[in-house]
Formats: sequence, C-alpha cells, structure tokens
Amino acid sequence: MMQPLKTIALTFAAVLLAGQAYAGATLDGIKANGTLRCGVSGSLAGFSLPDSQGVMQGLDADVCRAVAAAILGDSEKVEFVALSAQQRFTALQSGEVDLLSRNTTWTLTRDTSLGLDFTGVTFYDGQGFMVPTSLGVSSVSELDGAAVCVQTGTTTEKNLTDFFRATGMSFQPVVFEGFEESVTAFINGRCDAYTTDASGLASIRVSNVENPNDYVILPEIISKEPLGPVVRNDDGELFDIVRWTVFAMLNAEEAGITSENIDSFKGSEDPNIARIVGDEPGMGAAMGIDDTWAYNVISQVGNYGEVFERNVGASTPLGFQRGINALWTQGGLMYGPPIR
Amino acid sequence: MTERTVQPHEDWSRPPPATTGVIGWMRKNLFSTWLNSLMTLGALYVLVTTIPGLFQWAFIDAIWGDNPPEVCKNVPGACWSFIYEKYRFILFGVYPWEEHWRPLLAMIIFLTLIFGSCIKPLWVLGKWIILIWVVGLVMVGVLMWGGVLGMEYVDQSQWGGLPLTLFLATFGAVLSFPLAILLALGRRSEMPAIKAICVAYIELIRGVPLISILFMASVMFPLFLPTGVSIDKLLRAVVGLILFSAAYGAEIVRGGLQAIPRGQYEAADAMGLSYWQKMGKVILPQALRITIPPMVNGFIGGFKDTSLVLIIGLFDLLYTTRLAFQDINWRPYFVEGYVFCALIYFCFCFFMSRYSQWLERDLAKGQNY
Repeated sequence: MMQPLKTIALTFAAVLLAGQAYAGATLDGIKANGTLRCGVSGSLAGFSLPDSQGVMQGLDADVCRAVAAAILGDSEKVEFVALSAQQRFTALQSGEVDLLSRNTTWTLTRDTSLGLDFTGVTFYDGQGFMVPTSLGVSSVSELDGAAVCVQTGTTTEKNLTDFFRATGMSFQPVVFEGFEESVTAFINGRCDAYTTDASGLASIRVSNVENPNDYVILPEIISKEPLGPVVRNDDGELFDIVRWTVFAMLNAEEAGITSENIDSFKGSEDPNIARIVGDEPGMGAAMGIDDTWAYNVISQVGNYGEVFERNVGASTPLGFQRGINALWTQGGLMYGPPIR
Repeated sequence: MTERTVQPHEDWSRPPPATTGVIGWMRKNLFSTWLNSLMTLGALYVLVTTIPGLFQWAFIDAIWGDNPPEVCKNVPGACWSFIYEKYRFILFGVYPWEEHWRPLLAMIIFLTLIFGSCIKPLWVLGKWIILIWVVGLVMVGVLMWGGVLGMEYVDQSQWGGLPLTLFLATFGAVLSFPLAILLALGRRSEMPAIKAICVAYIELIRGVPLISILFMASVMFPLFLPTGVSIDKLLRAVVGLILFSAAYGAEIVRGGLQAIPRGQYEAADAMGLSYWQKMGKVILPQALRITIPPMVNGFIGGFKDTSLVLIIGLFDLLYTTRLAFQDINWRPYFVEGYVFCALIYFCFCFFMSRYSQWLERDLAKGQNY
C-alpha cells in the first residue's frame, strides 16, 4: 500500500528532472539557448496580442524582439511567454522568463521590494475617464456623485477610490470582473462614466461603441502609469542591454534613422550616427554583445517612432497620438541619453 | 344491437385513442397534471419568443464568409466572418501558421485513438490497444514537437487551442484514474498511516478550488525551486489537473467500493485470495461499473475545468477564443466567438454523456442488480 506515496514521489521526481537547469548569468543563458524568453501579457491589443496568424504583435512584443536582435542578432529568436498580472513577477523572479515586457507600471514598491529592476519607460500611460457626450460633462470635477464602471482587481480601481477621496467628491463604483462586461455595461448606460488607462479608453471609443462621437474622453489624467520592461536586479548586464536597446531606438528616431533608410547612414561622418549603425566599435563590447547591436535593432525592429506607429499609432485602429510619448524634441518625454 | 356488442370487442385489442400516438404521449408527458400543463405552456411561450429572434440573428441577418470587419458594422445579425478570420487561431493558438497541419493531424490521430478505444468490436484487440496507444501518442508527440523528419521544432509553450484542451482533459482524466483508485483503496485501508495520508490528501485537495491549485503550481511552486531551475508550465498544469481530479475520483471510487456487499469481500477472503487479487478480480470490476455515471460526470466537469488554465497563461480553447476578440477590429463580435467555442465544447461533452449511458447499459447486461 505504498503505491500512492510512491506515485506522488515519482511524479515529483519526474517533474524535477524535466526542469531545465542552467547556471551562470542570464545573458550567458540567453546566448547559450539562442532564444530570449520574454514575458508578455498576450492579451492586450497594441501591446502584446497574437494576430490571426498567431504571431505576437504589439509594442511590448517589439521591445522583446529588439532586445533579442541586440543580443542574438535576430529579432525572431524570442520565446513569448504569456503571463497573467498575478504571475508576472514570480515568473521573472523564478527565472521562467529572462525579461518582462508586460505593460507593467513602474512604482517605488515594485522597484525596491521584488528583487527586480525597471529598465526605463517604453510607454507613458495614465488613467482617465470617458463619458457619454449626452451627459454634457467636460471635466472630471463635474463627476461628483457619478456611477463609475470599473474593472475589478486592477490598480485602476484603487486609483479611482484614491482620486475621489482626495478630491472629496462622492461616487458610486460599479465593478465588473471582465473587460467585455464592464464595457458593455457602460455602453448600455449602466454608469455615467468609465475609467481605465487612457490608452484603453481610446481603443474602447474606437472599437466597442457604435458612434465614437457619442463619447468623450475627459482631459484630466488622474494617475501616472509609466510602463516599461523589467529584469531581475542581479542581472546587471541584461539590465544595461534592455535599457540601452530602448535608448538606441529613441536616438535612432531622433537622428531620423529608420529600418528603411539605416543602410544609407553607413559610413556617416557624424560619430553619433556611426556609433548607432555600428561603424565605430566599442559600444556593444562594453555590454558584452556584438558591436552591430543597435544596427540589428533598428534594421530588424525599427526606431521607437516606427514601433509606436506600427502598433498603436494614428494609422492603427487604436489611433493613439504620440502626446507625452513623443520625443523630447517634439514636446514629449522620450529622451534617449547619448550613445558614446 | 349485435353491432354494439361487437364494436367494443374490436376496440379492446387497442388502447383507448387518447392514450397513444402524439396526443397520448403529450397527455402523458406534458399535460399530466395542471402544474405540468402550466410549465409546458410557460416553456412553449419562452421558446416562441426567443427562437425566432435567435434564428434571425444567427442565420437570416448574419454575415457569412470572408469579409473585413467593416462589413459587420451596424448589421443586426451575427458576424460569422469573425470566425472565418479567426478559426485557425481559435483552434490552434500561437502554433506557427504554416505548420497548422501538424496539430490538425495530431488531433485526428488522438481523437481516433479515443473514439477507437470506445468502439466495442475493437475491444477484442485486448492488450494490443495499449501498444496502439503508445504508438499513437508517439506519433502525436512527434507531430506536435517536431524537430525530426525535417519538421521544425515547436516548443510546447506554443501549443494552444483545441489540441491543448484535449491533451489536458484526456491526460487529466486518464492518469488521475489509477491514482484515484489507489487513494480510494488507501482510504479504506486498515493500515492507519496509509489511511491518514490518503484522507489528508483527499480532504486537502477537495478543500481548495482547482483555480488555487493551478495558481499554486504556477506562482508559488517556482519560488520553492532552486534559482535557474524552471519547470514547464504545461507540465505543471497537467500535474495540477491530475492531482486535483484524483482526489475527486477517489471519492467516487470509494462510493463504488462501499456499495459492494460485504459478502463479496468475505467470499473473496474465504477463497484465500490476496488483497490485490481480491480487489483486482472481485471487488473493483464490480465497483468500477457502479461508478461509471459519476466518473463520467467528473470527466465532463474536468474537461470544462481545463479552461481555468488560462489564469496561468496557457492558450487553451476558451482563452484563444477570448484572445481572438481582443483584436481591436473584431472586439464587438465576442458573442459569435463564445457561441463557436460553446459548440465545440458541447460536441465533446455530449459525446461523453451519450457514451457513458451506452457503456452503463452494455455493462449492465446479465447483471441482476
């Protein structure tokens, strides 16, 4: 009658043996495996969502591709791992993924208490409100006593409560578990206002309602949601690579280098450009990767502006304006420190 | 007068007209009491008010074929173009597009194995069935993983859709079954340690929802492992499902064991059979027959429970459906997606249900109780 115990013991032994173990720094592991394991949401349009062909598309996914291009020279060598909001940090801590690029808000507690480091910001988001035009509201300050539809279990819900408490206004939260239910309830007039991140509001207004002009997004943003990639904090090398991959994409946009025209910049006299296209050595070597790293990133994935336009920009159904995500030269917050 | 005496005589050979045929059936089943009549009329009213609208939505006003999402805007009916656009993603998830023939073929082999094992005339193959299963599963594995015979390697993290749901459900059900029997026997064991362990295991697992077990497997378990060691998500999910179904299965089997009269146990003991002979040859064959209906009920539940793996980021059938309408162009058509997904689930669950009924009748032949 030792059978059940034995079965359980054997199952766990098999489970342990099946695990792949690799020693050393994450960067060596990525190079040895030839793939970057990148944690994404996998369910957020514009950031990471499989298309009809099952290929992961979006801004977060392209950040993964860019890092793979920098380290391995091939943007296709990414293994996307879909992670839920609860799973994401554990998956990174336990080494299930090398890099987390999952529209994760950079906050002090997350940066300090999880043993993880945010490498920078790839998208500046913030929570806003949408109301029906017929309500005649033009500012958040007029929302006193409003019924607000919100999806439960997110920071959105907490921000909402914090905001109304801080402003001393009253509100009635109408919470839903799922995205579709919450949006459908709002469209059917269950609430006066709907709240989520501004990027989410824009996409709802475009795709879920019959006539976008029947709804208006209020100008106030009640929270800061800087989204960016995350690595383990003992991964200094990978941290640098991820951070500078994004900076390279920003610098390329600033210099007008795109995936289309990058080859015409080869042999440029400008040392800043020469370092991006890999003519001047030393930059990659300093990070333990190939000196053509930035060239690979831009030629295979594109500069930041291209990635933005392709996934969430004005030509996509999401139709985001660059806004604060524009380069610092155009009045935005995107600033790439110099590559030198 | 003579005719009058003859006429009832003729009618005696047949039941009264109002008790046979359509009318008789209706009187017996639908209008037997005033409460039944009321319920029948109520149900009829609901059907009459909903079916035409549903039909109109699903067929008459619907958009069929390969159309861009704009065509479906402001159309009152269903937009089946959404399914047309996304069915391959829903069925196969993020498996590489050009390689979809592989999961398709693997699924056909897998289903053939399952259905084939259910067909009675093929049972004469006896132990050969196990060999056929091994060969079949190797073929399925080769097709799904590839890496040999010129097929590109596809990691199991890219498996998804219907094949994943079928694998999870089948392995969850089949592999949990022996474990369930052992746990049930252990629970009824006279050895205190074994009994305590089995009771503790069963009660612990039954005391928590499946979602928390999957959550433990995906969020807590990796933290207990040494750094750098990671265990595949899919494997963790399957093990979680097996451990969970085993606890429920054990209680079902225990019910069967308790239903066997004491005399059977005593007779087997009197014959001088060992414990395993007694169980294997006398008790379990009878007990397992009794447990078929609740067991299949458990399998059907387990099949649908596999959809919970979405919380650990596995692309099962329900999750791929949900992702399909996350596509910004197709967001308003989630009802069509759910309908499509529900039909697939229904086909499998309905088959399981009918098959268990047949199996129960078939095995009951020649039994007195």
